[in-house]
Amino acid sequence: MESIISVRGLSKSYASGYQALADVNLEIARGEIFALLGPNGAGKTTLINIICGIVNPGSGTVRAAGHDVVTGFREARSAIGLVPQELHTDMFESVWATVNFSRGLFGKPRDPARVEQVLRDVSLWDRKDARIMELSGGMKRRVMIAKALAHDPSILFLDEPTAGVDVELRRDMWAMVRRLRDSGVTIILTTHYIEEAEEMADRIGVINRGRIVLVEDKTVLMRKLGTRQLRIHLLVPLDAVPPALGTFGLELAAGGTELVYAFDAHAESGSVATLLRRLGDLGIEFRDLHSTESSLEDIFVNLVRERP
Amino acid sequence: MNLHAVRAIYGFEMARWFRTLGQSIASPVISTSLYFVVFGAAIGSRMGAIDGVSYGAFIIPGLVMLNLLSESISNASFGIYMPKFAGTIYEVLSAPVSAVEVVLGYVGAAATKSVLLGLLILITARLFVPYGIAHPLVMVGFLVLTAITFSLFGFLIGIWADGFEKLQVIPLMIVTPLAFLGGSFYSISMLPPLWQKIALFNPVVYLISGFRWSFYGVADIGVGVSLAMILVFMVACLLVIAWIFRTGYRLRN
Repeated sequence: MESIISVRGLSKSYASGYQALADVNLEIARGEIFALLGPNGAGKTTLINIICGIVNPGSGTVRAAGHDVVTGFREARSAIGLVPQELHTDMFESVWATVNFSRGLFGKPRDPARVEQVLRDVSLWDRKDARIMELSGGMKRRVMIAKALAHDPSILFLDEPTAGVDVELRRDMWAMVRRLRDSGVTIILTTHYIEEAEEMADRIGVINRGRIVLVEDKTVLMRKLGTRQLRIHLLVPLDAVPPALGTFGLELAAGGTELVYAFDAHAESGSVATLLRRLGDLGIEFRDLHSTESSLEDIFVNLVRERP
Repeated sequence: MNLHAVRAIYGFEMARWFRTLGQSIASPVISTSLYFVVFGAAIGSRMGAIDGVSYGAFIIPGLVMLNLLSESISNASFGIYMPKFAGTIYEVLSAPVSAVEVVLGYVGAAATKSVLLGLLILITARLFVPYGIAHPLVMVGFLVLTAITFSLFGFLIGIWADGFEKLQVIPLMIVTPLAFLGGSFYSISMLPPLWQKIALFNPVVYLISGFRWSFYGVADIGVGVSLAMILVFMVACLLVIAWIFRTGYRLRN
């Protein structure tokens, strides 16, 4: 894996004594979409801010695009675009002016054609002369993205990019993020919407209390940690789970009309088939089966709860 | 050197100034004009000349300096404080810019505004009081150096301030009194001997004295000493700014 971001042994304590990050190690591959999940105060924003240069690191090293973010800050920061969580922008500026400002700030010469393309990509070209204070919340979010893309970064941080935006805009943003990834941009997003990470990410990192709890390929993570549940709708209600089925850990639900079997990816292959055969052997008839798979959200909640 | 960034910050700050040109320029020009009307034309005509200079003309360098100090501090402190307050500072902090480039952009713009305003006040003064400038190059030198130095000071205040009250407290409670007591309206030599000595601890005395020398060739203090004091203050501000960017004080922590 070719790392575009490499974080090694990173710790950060604030003057108040609060330790925001503790020995964080993280490698992010070039061209991937990486979702960083964690509850409030887990250290997500501190980690992003250190990589982007907004907060001084404590101990450890951080490299972005092959450059140390402290000693090679120009090269490292030139490669990074950041869309912060809050809508921080100068409300009295025009869209056109603020995006051009961002481009210049990141060391790029004026290029009206390129800025026009960026504004068209985020569907803001027709509002280029509008003052930012005149725009809707969703449009302001697009302005933030346009500002982050104005200098053609190869790494894009999206800190809660769809917080507070409507479903349609969220879908638009997801499509835009995919287009960016297809063009070679590495994307790191933090989100509270597990659905977003599930939908978009190639890999998931979970951070809790300043520590990286795990980093895993999304599909592998869901396969390894996801639990499945089989609900068996019985023809005749049962008073109790038959002792002969004790090894399956079944539960009775819905007044004895449903048997619930929870199993995970590590479960012995064919365990469902075995269970159904046993039911047949015991003369327990059923009229329907319903199976569900745990979502990334369930996995995340379990991870954070299990590792305080 | 990231000159594109310097230009971007400088241009942004100047654009902000031009957006509010009315209040940026009209307010100090009107208030200064009132000083000229009251002290120059009305009261000044009944007062004797100081060091051979009419009172109306005598106060011009002091009034320009008074505005220059307050505008430099105000422009620069507001320029860096507002992005902190609004949260837009994240973009400057995450950009590939060094401390030098950030200072050049913000302080350069603040100093430019102050110099333009100072020149405008000089032009306005000519409408009320006849005066000449004996050493125009030195006058411009003092104007520019003072604007830069106090813009650096304002930049420091803007970083230090964590509320609008703090933004105002040093200009209002320290700088304005020092400017009024620094010889804007009188010569230090007119004070009793003890107060003359105490006045020498007021850095603004040196600024006004040197600036006045460039107009009329008369000064309370040698022009070289005045120039040296400005440079000392400038270096002190630069050292503190360097420390701020090295430690991240109130910026990156």
